[in-house]
This record gives sequence, structure tokens and C-alpha cells, in this order.
Amino acid sequence: MKQKYDVVVIGSGPGGLAAAIAAKRAGAHDVLIIERDVELGGILQQCIHNGFGVESLKRDLTGPGYAQRFINEAQALNVEVLLDSMVLEITPERHIIACGKEAGLVELDARAVVLAMGCRERTRAQIRIPGTRPAGVYTAGTAQRWVNIEGYMPGKRFVILGSGDIGMIMARRLTFEGATVERMLEIMPFITGLNRNYVQCLLDFNIPLQLSHTVKRVLGSKRVEAVEAVQVDERWQPIAGTEEIIPCDTLLLSVGLIPENELSRQMGVKIDPLTGGPYVDDGFQTGMPGVFAAGNVVHVYDLVDWVTEAGLIAGRSAAEFALGKRPHPSADEKTCRTKASENVRYVVPQRVNAEALTQRPVKLQLRVLHPIEEPVWVEARNGDDLIARQAERYARPGEMLSLDLPQKAYDAVRRAETLTVNVVRRRA
Amino acid sequence: MEQTDTLICITCPMGCSLAVVHEGQTVIQVTGNHCNRGPRYAQAELSDPRRMVATTVKVRGGSKRLLPVYTAAPFPKSRIFELLAVLRNLEVEAPVRADQVVLANALGTGIDVLASRDLS
Repeated sequence: MKQKYDVVVIGSGPGGLAAAIAAKRAGAHDVLIIERDVELGGILQQCIHNGFGVESLKRDLTGPGYAQRFINEAQALNVEVLLDSMVLEITPERHIIACGKEAGLVELDARAVVLAMGCRERTRAQIRIPGTRPAGVYTAGTAQRWVNIEGYMPGKRFVILGSGDIGMIMARRLTFEGATVERMLEIMPFITGLNRNYVQCLLDFNIPLQLSHTVKRVLGSKRVEAVEAVQVDERWQPIAGTEEIIPCDTLLLSVGLIPENELSRQMGVKIDPLTGGPYVDDGFQTGMPGVFAAGNVVHVYDLVDWVTEAGLIAGRSAAEFALGKRPHPSADEKTCRTKASENVRYVVPQRVNAEALTQRPVKLQLRVLHPIEEPVWVEARNGDDLIARQAERYARPGEMLSLDLPQKAYDAVRRAETLTVNVVRRRA
Repeated sequence: MEQTDTLICITCPMGCSLAVVHEGQTVIQVTGNHCNRGPRYAQAELSDPRRMVATTVKVRGGSKRLLPVYTAAPFPKSRIFELLAVLRNLEVEAPVRADQVVLANALGTGIDVLASRDLS
């Protein structure tokens, strides 16, 4: 362990691994990953299913297999690793205090920090399910860790609330391990995960799915005995008379993920209420100089491939900062804001420095508010002026969209104070 | 007898909705696909549906209790539970290297089951 590093990465999931690798490749000498678990890989280690890397590596890998490639590369590049250690505090001067059973209290300094803490699952408390409070209500990811890593089955008869990918994948996994999944309930009128998971996790095993349904209450004293399901209207209000008691011993929640930013907040990094993650620029630098953010800590991605891609950018930028090659955007007047506009929930990055376009295109990432099942334009405008647009066959809230600002947009972006981003029907 | 069924292609995350006109197991026409993997998926799905299978096996002397494993190729869908039963009784010895064969020629299909990761 050294006292000072060029780049310190907090977390070793796909975002953190990519950031550490990219920092090394970009010329940073001393790069350290601090990981709270006893091994590298983050949540990928419990995602034992396949489907990782199809977009970026053109290979269909399992989560651990995907992680293994980046772990091997980080090791080959001599990225240093501090395992089993929790970062307790980072100061705005990038002094880091961590603590672990083996390592004890560790204090070190970083020229640049990459926040890569990933995200957390929404819990029962956050969606306020009424009823008793027995054992047997867990988040889907917690159950995934028990089943896939610790070898422990949390129940026999399951109801899963939420049709996110983790929930659907757990429905199949629990079926594989001999459990019965009685029902999947989804409050939205559409599934929130990917279509392919609907086919290969639910349809393949005849697991019944009810859209526009939720859990009205949990029943049971010591252990879950049943849940009461109910249909909801378009404003998510329960429709009287549609209640149904579903006997089960376990309720799994797959009801959304929230970027994990306790450390970021504590150090004073400004958080975008729309994403739950830090405001970042085109290089994933946060509002705090030398502090970068990579992956699900910024906004929740649906594919690991894009987490890796974002981590690579953040790591490269962090190395550039550490080596004195990258200014902080607040020192630069040519920064332009991005703004989520028509049918757009949020846009990342929230700031674009036109100078970045002299090097390479800048990718905007966004999510729509409402599904459009017909061809759309994803477009960026400065007032009425069209700066960039991209055709997509459809837009769904569950699938992130992206829009490349091409290098030739340099002048237009330099002139713009705000880029508004819209997703509109192509026919209109 | 010609008939039309709707299938969702699972080859990539896009999940195209395919309208498949077929006569028994013979595909006559596929529409709704956005790439040429769609018709291939439809043909395979009608004649010999297969899925990638990922699960865990017990590991002896390792840093973890379980080793994640996966099939090297999509596995016949109708025999997945048979495969899982075999893997449930399998125990491997640590250390294991990623992509090491854990079960060769599973159920005589010619498909190997491989380790997903290194495990010491």
C-alpha cells in the first residue's frame, strides 16, 4: 500500500473494474481499487445467468465469467486491490479513510477518485406495503446472493412483486432449485425488464404474470403465510373487488434500484434528483474537482455492457485529471447543460464540454417516460436548432437510449447554453 | 396446415416480436425481426428449442461453497430439469479455473458444462 495514488476506485463491480483498467491504460501509474467484499467483481459474482457481454464483447457470458475477464485484465495491468475494506469517508481534498478486518484503519490520498459503489435495491419500507411484518419478505438480489453464493434457499413458495430483470431471473432460478413461483405481480401495465427474460424466465416455466397488479398486504405472523394481491387502475389505485389471497411463504421484491451515493453525499457531491446519482460531465466528472463516477452509481443501467463503457470513460478521465491533463468543468465557461425534455425522464451527462468533441463523439444516455412502440427520433436541440438525432425502432422506459453528439457538432454545442433532449414519433 | 404464431426472439436484449408462419416445424415466413438471427431463432424454437443453462454445483475445499457453472452451448429445453438433477449431485474439487469442464458431454448431448469463474 502506498500513501498516495493517482487514481483510487471505490468498488470493484463492472464500473469500477473498467475504470481501474482504463486509468492504467491512460497512463496513471498507481491505481487502487477498494472493495468491501472479500473478492472482486461486485454484484456480477451472484448473477450466475448468461446474457452478459452480448452487445460489447459479442459473447454471451455469465456474470462471473464477464467479471473474470476484467479481473484478469486489471491484474495483468498491476492494478492494486484492497479487499474486505469499507470506505468510511472521502474528503473534498480526496483524502480517503477506509477500514477492514485485516487491513485495519487505512488512510490514503488520491489525485483522482472514481466512485463506483453501484446501486441498492428498493426495500419493503420504500414502497410501503401494508400488513404484518413476518420473516419471508426479501429483495430479489438478497435472495440471489443466498441462493447462488451462500447455498441457502429462502423459501419454497414464492410470490415476486415487480417484473424487473432480477425478479424474472430469480423466478427461473428458484424454479431450477425446486421452489414454486406462484405469481409475479407488476404494478405497471407492461413488464419492466427485458422481453427476452420474460420468455426464458417466465413463459418457459409457465410462471403466471399479472400486469397492473400489486400486493395490497402481507399476511402471516412469524412467517409469511400469504399475500393479498389486487388489481390497480392507471393511477395505481387498488380496484375494490379484485383482491385475491395467494398462499406463499416468501415475498420477493424486485421493485427498482437506487444509485448508492451515501459516500458521495457525505463528501458534498451534488446529486441529480432525477437519476439519484451525481451530476456529471462528458467525462463522468462530478461537480467536485477530481471526483468521477462510474456505472450504476450515476444512473441505473439495464445492461452491464454500458456500465463497462461508462467505467472506461470515467477511468480515462480520472487518469487525465491525475496527470494534469484535464481541467474541472467549472473552470471552463464553455460547458453546456443537457435538459430532459419531451418524453425524456433524464439525461446523462448533465453537462457537456464542447472541447470534448475535439477528441471524440460524446454519448448522451437517457430514459423515456412513456413507451412508444413505433419508430422514434432521439434528438438534441439548441432551441429550435437540431444538433443531433438518431432513429430508433421504439422507445421503452426499461431500455436506456443513447444519442451520440458527433464531433462535427462542436460549433453548435459551443454556442449552446442548453441542449434539450426529446424522444418523438418519427411520423409526427 | 399453415399457421401463424408470435414468438419473442431472445437472441439479444432487443427482444423482437416475431410473427412466424409455419407448417408444423417448417418455417415458411418470419416478419418482425430486425436482424437475420430472428428467422434462425424461430426455426430452432419450432424444431429444437434450446436454452443456455446456468446453475451452481457444490465445491470441496474452496473459498466458497458453490461454483457457478454454465452450458457451453444452448441445451435442449425439454431436458433442462434432467440436467439440473445431475448437477445437483455433482461435487467438484477446488481449485477450479474459469471455463474448466465440470461435466463433459452432459446427458450425451455433446454439450459440456463449464465453470463460470476461477475458484481457489
